[in-house]
Amino acid sequence: MTPFDKQLLNVLQTKLPISKRPFADMAKMLETDEETVLERLKQLKEEGYLRRIGPFFDSEKLGYKGVLVAVKVKQGYMEEVAEFINRYPGATHNYEREGRYNLWFTLLTENEMQRDLILEKIKALPGVENLINLVARKKYKINVQFDLK
Amino acid sequence: MIMDDLDKKIIRAMQDEFPLVAEPYKELANTIGISEDELLTRLQGYKENGQIRKMGAVLRHREVGYKSNVLCAWEVPAERLEAVALKMSEDPAVSHCYDRNTQPDWPYNVYTMIHGHSREECEAIAERLAGQNDLTNRAMLFSVKEWKKTSMRYFTEENQ
Repeated sequence: MTPFDKQLLNVLQTKLPISKRPFADMAKMLETDEETVLERLKQLKEEGYLRRIGPFFDSEKLGYKGVLVAVKVKQGYMEEVAEFINRYPGATHNYEREGRYNLWFTLLTENEMQRDLILEKIKALPGVENLINLVARKKYKINVQFDLK
Repeated sequence: MIMDDLDKKIIRAMQDEFPLVAEPYKELANTIGISEDELLTRLQGYKENGQIRKMGAVLRHREVGYKSNVLCAWEVPAERLEAVALKMSEDPAVSHCYDRNTQPDWPYNVYTMIHGHSREECEAIAERLAGQNDLTNRAMLFSVKEWKKTSMRYFTEENQ
């Protein structure tokens, strides 16, 4: 990545304009032209640096309910339990982790009833020893953003 | 704000590929079947009302050099919670900071996602945060395996 690419990604991370010519507006901020911005972005995307471009929504403001769930899975059952969880579209992140709760996932549902129903099913799976839900009381920071130097 | 059917249609479309062309919103508006001006007005509205929390991009951290991360759960005394969470949020190595409810066998209430170039760097950052905030109890939840990592698809047909 060139120093220009890093500058470009720093701007793109949070400042994609909602306007008729967003990349021309970005080009102005970076003192270059629209064509250069588009060309570099296409290249960076192709090289795999960009996970997603566009709006990032606040799930709760769209009416969804979110929760972080920690599961204690017995040895030998991890794959089955993880794959069962993965089948729910609202389970967006699912990680096996170090510690006494060894499987952690986030779950978004349209309401709490739907959430409880899903968690009951997971709790009843073979190999699941315990499951706790950790509901956010307050979000202080939600920003996956990196200052590229 | 109540979301009408057009809002849902717009949000659904905006989760698809963002076109890297000179007039991306015009292209998206065409797909949705509305005018570019209508789309721009609605998107501005979502941003003002907070339904859109950011307009931009998410990078793949491994590609940009942040090869390690840890979910660090902290036990923070209730009376210091607000101050500690605000302080940790200011730290550039922390990408997420949430206050969550506890459970009988799980006393941790503050959750931070810490990013570093190595496991050792993540450990050092957590140690520094512990010192700065006078905290003694934390759980370092390093990931062993990624089973799933996706973006949520809101208002898709299947969960309508």
